[in-house]
Amino acid sequence: MKKLLSLLVVGAMTVSLCACGGSAGGSDASSAPAAEGESAAEAEDTAGSDDASGESGQDTASEGVMPAIAKEDIKVGVIHITDPAEGSGYTYTHDLGIQGMQKNIGLDDSQIVRKNNVNDTDATAIENAIRECIEEGCNIIFATSWGFMDTCEALADEFPEVIFSHGTGYKSNGTNFNNYFGRIYQARYLAGIAAGLKTESNKLGYVAAMGQDNSEVTGGVNAFAMGAYSVNPDCEVYVKVTNSWFDPEGETQAAQALVDLGCDVIAQHCDTPNPQTVAEQNGVWGVGYNSDMSKDAPGAVLTSVMWDWSVYYTQAVQSAIDGTWSGENYFGGMADGLVNIADLSDLCAEGTSEAVEAAREQITKEGFNVFDGVIETNDGSTVGEEGGTLSDSDITGNMNWYFKNVVVK
Amino acid sequence: MSKETESRQREPFARVIKRAEMAAGKIALLRLMAVFLSLIAGGIFIGCVGQNPFVIYGTIISGACRSVMAFQGTVKIMIPLLISSLGITLAFKMKFWNIGAEGQIIFGATCATFFALFCSGWNHVILVIVMFLAGIIGGGIWGLIPAFFKVKYNTNETLFTLMLNYIALHIVSYLRDGPWMDPGSQGFPKIARFDKNASLDKLFGVQFGWLIALILVVVVYVYMKYTKQGYEISVVGESQDTARYAGMNVRKIVLRTMFLSGGICGMAGMIQATGSDITLTSSVAGGVGFTAIIIAWLAQLNPFSILLVSFLFSVLEKGSSVVQSNYGLSTDCADVLQGIILFFILGCEFFVRYQFQFRKNTDRTDKEG
Repeated sequence: MKKLLSLLVVGAMTVSLCACGGSAGGSDASSAPAAEGESAAEAEDTAGSDDASGESGQDTASEGVMPAIAKEDIKVGVIHITDPAEGSGYTYTHDLGIQGMQKNIGLDDSQIVRKNNVNDTDATAIENAIRECIEEGCNIIFATSWGFMDTCEALADEFPEVIFSHGTGYKSNGTNFNNYFGRIYQARYLAGIAAGLKTESNKLGYVAAMGQDNSEVTGGVNAFAMGAYSVNPDCEVYVKVTNSWFDPEGETQAAQALVDLGCDVIAQHCDTPNPQTVAEQNGVWGVGYNSDMSKDAPGAVLTSVMWDWSVYYTQAVQSAIDGTWSGENYFGGMADGLVNIADLSDLCAEGTSEAVEAAREQITKEGFNVFDGVIETNDGSTVGEEGGTLSDSDITGNMNWYFKNVVVK
Repeated sequence: MSKETESRQREPFARVIKRAEMAAGKIALLRLMAVFLSLIAGGIFIGCVGQNPFVIYGTIISGACRSVMAFQGTVKIMIPLLISSLGITLAFKMKFWNIGAEGQIIFGATCATFFALFCSGWNHVILVIVMFLAGIIGGGIWGLIPAFFKVKYNTNETLFTLMLNYIALHIVSYLRDGPWMDPGSQGFPKIARFDKNASLDKLFGVQFGWLIALILVVVVYVYMKYTKQGYEISVVGESQDTARYAGMNVRKIVLRTMFLSGGICGMAGMIQATGSDITLTSSVAGGVGFTAIIIAWLAQLNPFSILLVSFLFSVLEKGSSVVQSNYGLSTDCADVLQGIILFFILGCEFFVRYQFQFRKNTDRTDKEG
């Protein structure tokens, strides 16, 4: 848009200059300007002004590392990468969590400051958005996208009285900057069971945002593949990588390519519901992600892998109020209610519900952690050891292998 | 007689004619009126989306200036806008349509980033100076390339500079995904945050780029107004033949001016990367290079007007983001608002130079005839 306008300006200038071409000498060639302003990016900057208004100083709880903040003084800042108004997908799901937290704790609307459409590759825009929250008096800030991490780290240093909580990354400082994420792989395992029971071609498709280097995505692929394998050892999982978290066109193409390869269930780890609509158009099935995607593709979606972020947001804000904020990283799972799958649709195969419930029981009650024991990878080696389970740090940072029935396409 | 009537009928209802030069005061009044009208039109738009225009306008201004912190944020937005507008001004004064500020910003930032990443252990002052030079030379080279082809093969500089933007952008993507990728990022494509030693110092809470920008305003003004080189630029801009007739080396002037123009834009990129972003991303320019064109022309290529206009742009941008979070008004609405305002100001420039002449009344023409 801006480019177009600028070109128009240049065009207008050229025309106007031709028009007053006669004037010579040093006089300014006045001209026709046009334009459009900058948008999105916000601005803010300062050095350590004290804005954590609500510090009451009563550090009652023993393990808290930050002073308690009275409930009416709490102000929550949320940095979104897109707009919650999209009504589906990543940002929408996070915002549902914020709304749930607001309801659970009973905060007023004025106690939530949302910054939408913050470009996560533009460090200045991120910093501006966060500083604006701090300026408005926010004392706890949730940054939901991976790319916000480095800026959060730097600002947490500059504003020690403000709590920074960053989703999906790997950095933290133990006091006012923590990291939160969840064992989404547990839910993906259950979704894998539903997919493994449904498939007739024994080929499952998986649209992945990132490749093998990325532990979060790769772990999800593996859990899905292992869930499918547990009920259907003959099936294979075909993975297609888009190399973007949000790429509507690329996700559509990847899903179509997987369908063309013969996959009849399309699972996804990416932000738009497009893979599910592709599945529906081709008369095959799918497994959604983030929000319940059966509303996007009711004729295809078996279930969706879902987050309930309100579980974490409520706990985090409550701990700030109680003065029990520990600064520890959060890695919740199915037992906490943070991750789950949507209600199984009628499209699921016979016996899916029983198999899923049995696995859910194992995960939530019997300590089954999906990546238990010796696991065979698709390059012939093995990971893990008998009787053990992968550590959380291996799951979040070292998952750079694929389960044996995974094929990268 | 019948012939006359025919010609009258063929005469259009209204014609556009060039008007005589207007008095400066009258021009100023016309522009002021345009701003006022655009605010009214913008207000109607705000009213249509269900908000009170007075409240929204008030929030834009207070959001940009209500506190030290807010004002610092506004200044931070202004720094790259101001510097790159000044850079563009040099080229535009010469009527060299440099719309490649975006690419010059990016390439200047890229060259500076090399030192920020790999020489972060150097003495701070030396490192900052070297990064400045790298930014200027990087941007300068990016400006020199189209200038060289222009004087040598008479290529179209508008297209050439525009296309170079994309090359610069993809160089950054390549470095980000490949050789300069943050080794600790677990496969996520990004460049590491710079060492503290490699980032610009702060002055009154904002990176000191603002001071450089202010100094540049004066320097560019003096350069264009009082130096021989500045005079050469305007002469070449007015007429290359005149310049040649006066014995000026037009090629040399074009090359030199484009190096300076690109160099200043490159410095803007360096300041943005090492002062504000503290890393190199593909959004380092983020449209600033295009907005700068608009600012430079709105300000009629006068450095002091550029200072004012870029400040107003920054207020609008900073204030809009506060409006977004306070009233849930999407930043897209702010874009519409900015578009309306600029549409009116553009329209006003038309009336500064031209006027309508309506078809004269038949009776009157008859009488006159």
